[in-house]
Amino acid sequence: MTELAQLTAAQAAEKIRAREVSADELWTLYRERAAADDLNAYMWVADEPDAGDGPLAGVPLAVKDLFCVEGVPSYAGSRILEGYRPPYTATSVRKLREAGAPVLGKTNMDEFAMGSSNENSGFGPVANPWDRERVPGGSSGGSAAAVAAGSAPWAIGTDTGGSIRQPAALCGIVGLKPTYGAVSRYGMIAFASSLDQCGPLTRDVTDAALLFRHMVGKDPCDSTSLEFPEEIALPSAESLDGVRFGVPPELTGEGIEDGVKAVFDETLKKIEGLGGKLEEVALPHSPHGIAAYYVIAPAEASANLSRYDGVRFGIREGNGDLLSMYEETRAAGFGGEVKRRIMLGTYALSSGYYEAYYGRAQRVRTKIADDFREAFAKVDLIVTPTSPTVAFKLGERTDDPWAMYLADACTVPMPLAGIPAISIPGGLADDLPVGIQLAGPAFSENRIFDAAYALEQAIAFEEGPWRDA
Amino acid sequence: MTRDPDRVYEPVIGLEIHVQLSTRTKMFCGCALSFGEEPNTRTCPICLGHPGVLPVINAEAVHYALMIGMALECEIADRSIFHRKQYFYPDNPKAYQISQYDVPICGAGRLDDVRIHRAHLEEDAAKLVHAGASGRIHSAEHSTVDFNRAGTPLVEIVTEPDLHDPKAAGEWLRLLRATLKRLGVSDVNMEEGSLRCDANVSLRHAGSATLGTKTELKNMNSFRFLERGIEAELKRQEAILRDGGEVEQETLHFDPQSGTLSSLRSKEEAHDYRYFPEPDLVAVAPTQEMLDRAREALPELPAARAGRFESELGLPADTAKLLAFRSDLGDLYEEALSADGVDPKTLANWVTQESAAADVEPAALAKLVVMVSEKTVSAAAARQVLGVLAAEGGDPAAIVEQQGLGAQGADELGEIVDKAIAENADAVEKIKAGKGQAIGAIVGAVMKETKGRADGGEVQKLIREKLSL
Repeated sequence: MTELAQLTAAQAAEKIRAREVSADELWTLYRERAAADDLNAYMWVADEPDAGDGPLAGVPLAVKDLFCVEGVPSYAGSRILEGYRPPYTATSVRKLREAGAPVLGKTNMDEFAMGSSNENSGFGPVANPWDRERVPGGSSGGSAAAVAAGSAPWAIGTDTGGSIRQPAALCGIVGLKPTYGAVSRYGMIAFASSLDQCGPLTRDVTDAALLFRHMVGKDPCDSTSLEFPEEIALPSAESLDGVRFGVPPELTGEGIEDGVKAVFDETLKKIEGLGGKLEEVALPHSPHGIAAYYVIAPAEASANLSRYDGVRFGIREGNGDLLSMYEETRAAGFGGEVKRRIMLGTYALSSGYYEAYYGRAQRVRTKIADDFREAFAKVDLIVTPTSPTVAFKLGERTDDPWAMYLADACTVPMPLAGIPAISIPGGLADDLPVGIQLAGPAFSENRIFDAAYALEQAIAFEEGPWRDA
Repeated sequence: MTRDPDRVYEPVIGLEIHVQLSTRTKMFCGCALSFGEEPNTRTCPICLGHPGVLPVINAEAVHYALMIGMALECEIADRSIFHRKQYFYPDNPKAYQISQYDVPICGAGRLDDVRIHRAHLEEDAAKLVHAGASGRIHSAEHSTVDFNRAGTPLVEIVTEPDLHDPKAAGEWLRLLRATLKRLGVSDVNMEEGSLRCDANVSLRHAGSATLGTKTELKNMNSFRFLERGIEAELKRQEAILRDGGEVEQETLHFDPQSGTLSSLRSKEEAHDYRYFPEPDLVAVAPTQEMLDRAREALPELPAARAGRFESELGLPADTAKLLAFRSDLGDLYEEALSADGVDPKTLANWVTQESAAADVEPAALAKLVVMVSEKTVSAAAARQVLGVLAAEGGDPAAIVEQQGLGAQGADELGEIVDKAIAENADAVEKIKAGKGQAIGAIVGAVMKETKGRADGGEVQKLIREKLSL
């Protein structure tokens, strides 16, 4: 049993296809592990597999709670949606099911994906399997913890400002935020529509590419989705010969913890060792990323979250009067961070303030995207640490929203520019995993996977709870 | 402000018209449009505003909007976008309406002598039913929501304030309605709400270019109510101004029962809709193909048709408008006109003045009108024939023959007139004494004898001849 659990998803699928193991056997193993999870990583665990026959061969998939799955509790980590079972299924989940990946369970998350530690869940925080005193990162904390702990072979999550990459980094696994539009958002409970994008959280780069291959594509239900211009290949590069890596001082210097910096510097050496070329590139506007992000994302969220009004689904509170229903339902259903962002966003869009906040933030966003465009004229990929720190202690930053927001400093510029980025484990600092981020131009996922794969082989990171579980 | 009883005020009126498009499906989802079905049977997760859903623009609605824009001679935008207009109300499932804001699909245009400010696409709200005497939400025992209408495509047309009296406003709205009906893009039924009109009304000193403070009038769901509502509001404003007061900017509700206006909300209570660009949609950028298709779909429009009836057929302006603004009558008229020997003016009078004509086959109508012109049947008898044709159909000549409605020969009519003169000696005396109207008694006797088959003019002429008048 233990050996089976130590296979990557791609290896497990291979063995099932070769009839060395059965899909039922794998399902039973992970079904039991998910049901026995003591990290609070799961919101709900399935009883039976529900996938069709396909290349993913029945390898179970953990799904972040904000993906709507017909008939299955889908709360987006919020009490306001308690009891909600959607009447339809998200396109990405449907595609993965059709490709042969059954839904194993719904994973815990920061409420409406707002958070970097999973402590904003309406259903309690998730513990990091590396150290249960610490956070797994967020908002896809449940998905990252489940994969890292070995209770799921792989998972999907969503990334708005770092919500896949940062928890992947803090849990020592791989996480990809795809190009905006590469994967349909239909059925993803929205946080910030112009930034949200779903992607894989996996044990290695190959698994990420395999899962991503079955997620991409234009969806008639999502006008912002696009046809991916090429097939997603499974990575095989062994060297980085001729690949130019940009190192932006703005995202690799100030604020980066020493231990993280040491792993990052070590990684740069490995890149050179593999034949890659390093070059400093400027991303002069990226330090304003956090400020722009925390105007744009709350603004969009304030509108996206207005539908939780007690009328049609979720909880309903109040004395029967219309205003009291609105106020009491939202007061009781939303947590503190969600309320903070709704207020921020409502303010930023108010008449008389729109230009000063939302308008200006959008202009910063354009400048950040321009910075990347100029950088990618010189280099193929950009490399940075994923998170300025390793996993921090539960409760350590909950009273300081700004300190919490800074956890996204290295990951926020990419979604603002709509470009893809991956986080892979780079090594340990204080016995905790450090993530390395590789970002590329829009639709350069194949290039990213190849480089990440080559680097993964060189780093040979062989640590992690799932390897021993 | 000083009292000035001699001051002359000029009304300034602008209209805002909401047109429900008669597309097959809703604006942003695949639900069929509703025509009085059971409540909540034309809904899906998208038009119910479920978590995670996304809108997709209805291409047919864009096509209709382009047709409307072209018919109103609007500038068509190369690229228009949608915004979110935010407000909480149970009829607004997402708590924002997807509408166009500062970049509408149709810009400045003109219909007749009224300039169009803009025309844009948006979605309709759901329908609320309030239980209780008041019919308003705040004192209702409970309210129910029917989402069948939610998401119905609307085009909102906004005019410049180019109208200067209530009658002209009604008249112009009739032209707009006829135009939209002719385009076939809407049912344009004001009672059923597929055409809804609000009016912006203000008074200014005659001759002044400065506009006075305007009020917005809602709920005028017929042409008559529109005219009455504007009239009532102009009176109210004039009384305020004459009294030295100031008109307050507010939104008023017209109650057709009492003919009075009540305040819905003042300027201070006006919503801050917190508009921002809808991130779930891409811009509408009509291709040349789309523009060509819309242009080719344009029929001859009522204003042009009325002009043609006037110039080519010599119809009086009023008659030409009556025919052109009701395209079913216009079509009947033109079809009947293709028959040999029909006089355009006589035919026009029959079509516009006889309501039964609308239900008669064009060829039969043409034949009957020719018979009247040739005096083989009297006008009064022809009306009877028209009634039979409308109810049962058939051939007018055969009906005249069967029912003995043919005009009398001159000899036969002469005898009847002689008899009537002999039997109405009193009347003859009065006529000779100068009371010309006494001729009516003799005419009446003749008509009675002939059962209405005789031509009234002919009879009068004959009587005058015989009495040597």
